[in-house]
Amino acid sequence: MIQSFDRKDGRLVLAHLLFAYAALFLGGICGMLQSMVRSGSVTLPAGIGYYQLLTAHGVLMALVFTTFFIIGFLYSGMSRTLGGALTGVSRKLGWAGFALMGAGTALGVVMVLLNKATVLYTFYAPLKASPYFYIALVLLVVGSWLSGYGVFAQYRTWRRTNRGKLSPLLAFMGVVTMLMWQIATLGVAATVLLQFIPWSFGWVDTINVLLSRTLFWYFGHPLVYFWLMPAYMCWYVIVPKIIGGKIYSDALARLSFILLLLFSIPVGFHHQLMEPGIAPFWKFLQVVLTFMVVVPSLITAFSLFATFELSGRARGATGLFGWLKKLPWRDVRFFAPFMGMLVFIPAGAGGLVNASNQMDAVVHNTLWVTGHFHLTVATSVALTFFGIGYWLIPVVTGRRLTARLNRIGILQVVLWCVGMLFMSGSMHGSGLLGDPRRTDYTTYNDSPESVLWMPYHVAMAIGGIILFLSLIVLMCAVVGLLRAPRGEEEYPIGEVIDTAEKTPRVFERWGLWVAISAALIVIAYTLPLIDMIGGGKGSPGYKMW
Amino acid sequence: MHIHRLEKIWLTFGVTMLVVFLLVLGLSAFTMGMDTPGAGHSHSIDPAKVDKTPPFDKPEIKRIGDKQYEAVMVAYAFGYSPATLEVPAGSTVRFTVTSSDVVHGFEIPGTNVNMMVLPGEINQVSHTFDKPGEYLILCNEYCGIGHQMMFTKLVVK
Repeated sequence: MIQSFDRKDGRLVLAHLLFAYAALFLGGICGMLQSMVRSGSVTLPAGIGYYQLLTAHGVLMALVFTTFFIIGFLYSGMSRTLGGALTGVSRKLGWAGFALMGAGTALGVVMVLLNKATVLYTFYAPLKASPYFYIALVLLVVGSWLSGYGVFAQYRTWRRTNRGKLSPLLAFMGVVTMLMWQIATLGVAATVLLQFIPWSFGWVDTINVLLSRTLFWYFGHPLVYFWLMPAYMCWYVIVPKIIGGKIYSDALARLSFILLLLFSIPVGFHHQLMEPGIAPFWKFLQVVLTFMVVVPSLITAFSLFATFELSGRARGATGLFGWLKKLPWRDVRFFAPFMGMLVFIPAGAGGLVNASNQMDAVVHNTLWVTGHFHLTVATSVALTFFGIGYWLIPVVTGRRLTARLNRIGILQVVLWCVGMLFMSGSMHGSGLLGDPRRTDYTTYNDSPESVLWMPYHVAMAIGGIILFLSLIVLMCAVVGLLRAPRGEEEYPIGEVIDTAEKTPRVFERWGLWVAISAALIVIAYTLPLIDMIGGGKGSPGYKMW
Repeated sequence: MHIHRLEKIWLTFGVTMLVVFLLVLGLSAFTMGMDTPGAGHSHSIDPAKVDKTPPFDKPEIKRIGDKQYEAVMVAYAFGYSPATLEVPAGSTVRFTVTSSDVVHGFEIPGTNVNMMVLPGEINQVSHTFDKPGEYLILCNEYCGIGHQMMFTKLVVK
């Protein structure tokens, strides 16, 4: 007997998911057009600028699609594992967050469309957008804070009524993810509220550029872990159930999330390795901390493949790799996140290259980096989210994922993988040749270097078109899911294997983890920040578009 | 907390690799002079007065020793000054660059020359050009509507 999903919570979750899909589709149109412009295949009509599209693509994909989907997924997990329904407080906070983030998205998109904020989603000073673009960002972030408070409130209520019990793994991971987000967004909140808004309104004349970049990247790297951690939640907790296996170890799963909380934040300098004004020692210290965050990913890789092998062998697989055949390849709920995991292997390895101190000089700000995050967030994370959507929409609407919709889902995932192979593969290739990222069509006055890059740009455009086809299939599938026959779809939540050891209680001593996280941040950032605040003259603003 | 024997082997292998990588990076940076750009050199400049602050009031490439050159350059939207750069083959050029407006990039494809140019900060990187030819210097950080047109050339004779 499948437990049905609380209907009020279902509406909240569905609203987040549909908003995310809409942002994804719009962002995807921008992405496809960019790849065609850059390859010289089309020129944009009606005075639309390449960089305007690029800003829209970045904001809609990296900030809007991800955040809405993540919050929808986390709330569904909270509702399901912490008491079967959200408390009134949590649900209200969820809707308040949704409203603020929705308003922020609308305002931001209007500013970009009016060409008043063509500053890309990283909005580096001293490019100066309309103050309302920065206000839009504040609304997005504050909205996500409210959603985070809702997650914490639900967790606290559960702990109060279940004293002495270990919290469900999915809920624990959701709380860690939101806790990390609260700490990480302090940086972007500080720079937007204290620097960008007063400066863009003209209340102050200048802005400290290096400080604003440092505060941005204090937030910018954990941002990518904010995308990844919900994908890990699916890999650790959801996928084992779908393949009919068990979770390999509850304790190791919690350990890796705590490590992600500690080491994903004090590492922002690895985005600023090629920058002046930061002493080499501090850059290298953060490179070391960046490498530490590989450890939870190593733990994760082991746990996941252990789960696959154990469940395959439990169903009679023999030989070294016989268990691979026992995996449910034709089930999109498994196939999509599995492809995401597979891609995360080269994606993570590429990340190590980017973070490698002076070696970064080969790839910094080239298309290699763009290729890297099109593997991490746009493949590993996106495919996992697609996989979640195929069962989560039916769960929250009381419908069923039919065999036909499942086949459409497989097709969509295959198209996405093929498209990304073209897109990201050619980005990596031309990036190694020095091809810069974030650049409109150009041959640099017919320089021989740039002529070499052209075939890669054509391959990117082919990838862009295939990816867009995949998005059209996805939109059809979403409509199909919303009109699927009524029924009960399972919310897959894995159980821990019987032989696993008891989980140490220390993982839920939040004060301890917040204190360690704060200490690491203070060590990694205090002295460089004092230097930056003290040194240098501020810069006036420029509108260069 | 119990950790499976195979997982111990896996984690030991992984962490060892990370330590080896970090040692290679750290040793080559701090003992072999292969550090990130701008290392050992940190000073700031008033971004509104670049054209009045030496040496950026006269951007130029000058000989500072045997086959040693210093290129004092200003990045602006959308170009670099001085407009022409020429050195003999085998020369080591130290690029000392700042920006007179927004953030720019400074990259020479095919070399390890790649750095950020921030208004208010001075960045520096050196490179030895052994092969004669024309080297493309391009901006790899979005700086505005003409970003894709921001480049110059270094001629090595």
